[in-house]
Amino acid sequence: MSTATAQIRVLIAKPGLDGHDRGAKVVARALRDGGCEVIYTGIRQTPEMIAEAALQEDVDVVGLSILSGAHLELFPRVVDELKKRGVDDVLLFCGGIIPEEDTKALEGLGFKAIFRPGTNTQDIVKFVYENVKK
Amino acid sequence: MDDLVERFLAGERRALARVISRVENGTTEGRDYVRALFPHSGKAHIVGITGGAGSGKSTLTGALASEYRRREKTVGIVAVDPSSPFTRGAILGDRIRMQDVALDPGVYMRSMAGRGALGGLAPSIADVVAVMDAFGFDYVLIETIGAGQDEVEIAGTAMTTILVNNPGTGDDIQALKAGIIEIADVLVVNKADHPGADVLVSQLQALLALSPAGQRRPPIVKTTATKGEGLEKLVDAIADHYRFLEESGGLEAHRKSVARHQMLDITRQIVLERIQRATSEDEIARLVAQVAAREMDPHSAAELLAAHALP
Ligand code: B12
Ligand SMILES: Nc1nc2c(ncn2[C@@H]2O[C@H](COP(=O)(O)OP(=O)(O)OP(=O)(O)O)[C@@H](O)[C@H]2O)c(=O)[nH]1
Ligand SMILES: [Mg+2]
Repeated sequence: MSTATAQIRVLIAKPGLDGHDRGAKVVARALRDGGCEVIYTGIRQTPEMIAEAALQEDVDVVGLSILSGAHLELFPRVVDELKKRGVDDVLLFCGGIIPEEDTKALEGLGFKAIFRPGTNTQDIVKFVYENVKK
Repeated sequence: MDDLVERFLAGERRALARVISRVENGTTEGRDYVRALFPHSGKAHIVGITGGAGSGKSTLTGALASEYRRREKTVGIVAVDPSSPFTRGAILGDRIRMQDVALDPGVYMRSMAGRGALGGLAPSIADVVAVMDAFGFDYVLIETIGAGQDEVEIAGTAMTTILVNNPGTGDDIQALKAGIIEIADVLVVNKADHPGADVLVSQLQALLALSPAGQRRPPIVKTTATKGEGLEKLVDAIADHYRFLEESGGLEAHRKSVARHQMLDITRQIVLERIQRATSEDEIARLVAQVAAREMDPHSAAELLAAHALP
């Protein structure tokens, strides 16, 4: 037995001007209850701020929440900023109002899963534990 | 060990972030990083920010960092939030209030979960602070959980402890009377834009007047952290306290007290780990059963266990 502890660290971020934060908070709470350490940065985050937070907090997982429809504009910029900082080994996923036809584009960017309205939060927690690179 | 130490010493922020994770997780590997980096520490002014939940600790910490940046100083921040004792999970939200310095290359901010520590600080906080210090920041700011009276431990880690109070809450004065005021090197009345700030200042002054003669009285600084008001005065008060420590020999005493505390803490941990390694769960269960059944007292049982760690 050791006293050492390692918890999964997750950044939940809301890029852009989108003010819908209920989903992000629900997901953050579910992951907390699932035993993760969740860094929540609030609304109105620029891609730079999200990438910088991911770097400084040394997270294992980055989850983006968006309901404004601006994901195809903002998500590539977040991915770029992460790459620029050498943060290339995190598990990326997202959720919110994201049309089915955008799935391929987001997968191409490296998003491993998309969770849409009505998702059971237990599925989100399960996904994180099964896919995190620890 | 990998090239992390080299990259760390070259000033790479991602290396700093990685090292902190490993140190925080308390692994043997983490200890090796502390061993390698500790000689580089000892230069930063370590400042603790404590006070009740919601008193504005994070906002104030962010504003403080901004003020230090205006003075061309670099800042490392560690903000601790509580872990759930049941799931060990946590929501770390202090970053929300530090957006102004989020992209400043002279500021590094790290959220930390309490991971079950009493006293408002995380178990490995002293190691994490040493690592930040070694990275070369001029100031390391520690924001505590803000559990109120349990916050005395922060005074042991920080050189200068700031206690944040708010007007109109009343219970602050109760907490202060109960003894927490002794840990404060600087008293802040934050949310000075709310009514009652001056009343609180005079209440605090009255309380301080009761402290023994000849003892240093902490200055009281009014701030409105959300507007950045009062921050120059606060930074000056922090610098004054540092000068006081230098001149009174308090700095040397502080370094020794931290060293003693940390060393004994780690010793306790090493001994405990040795015992745990040398003991089977069965043996522990057997002793537990005997103590529970009053066949043995807990002191004798513990001595039996501790004997495993001795040569
Ligand atoms: C509540 C709501 C609001 C509230 C928001 C309150 C708040 N603080 O969040 C208010 C009234 C403020 C609001 C305002 C607006 N809204 Co509105 N709003 C909604 C509504 C009805 C529900 C959203 C919600 O909270 N759902 C509950 C949460 C728990 O679910 P969720 O966010 O979907 O999250 C779940 C999943 O998506 C997923 N998930 C979400 N994020 C993430 C992240 C990760 C990492 C993961 C893994 C999973 C995940 O998991 C969650 C749990 O299942 C939706 C319609 C809808 N049915 O979705 C419209 C909707 C999102 N709003 C819409 C619009 C247009 C607006 C306004 C622009 C309206 C206006 N003209 O003023 C404004 C914009 C406000 C702003 N500043 O951004 C549109 C968006 C259209 C689009 N994208 O094309 C929608 C879709 C309504 C519609 N059908 O037109 N809105
Ligand atoms: N009016 C006013 N509000 C303030 C001031 N400083 C902080 N606040 C607000 O007080 C609330 C709590 O601020 P935080 O900085 O998160 O407080 P905290 O002590 O870090 O909170 P915890 O970490 O949750 O204990 C936020 O809504 C802030 O905007 C101030 O000077 N004036
Ligand atoms: Mg805070």
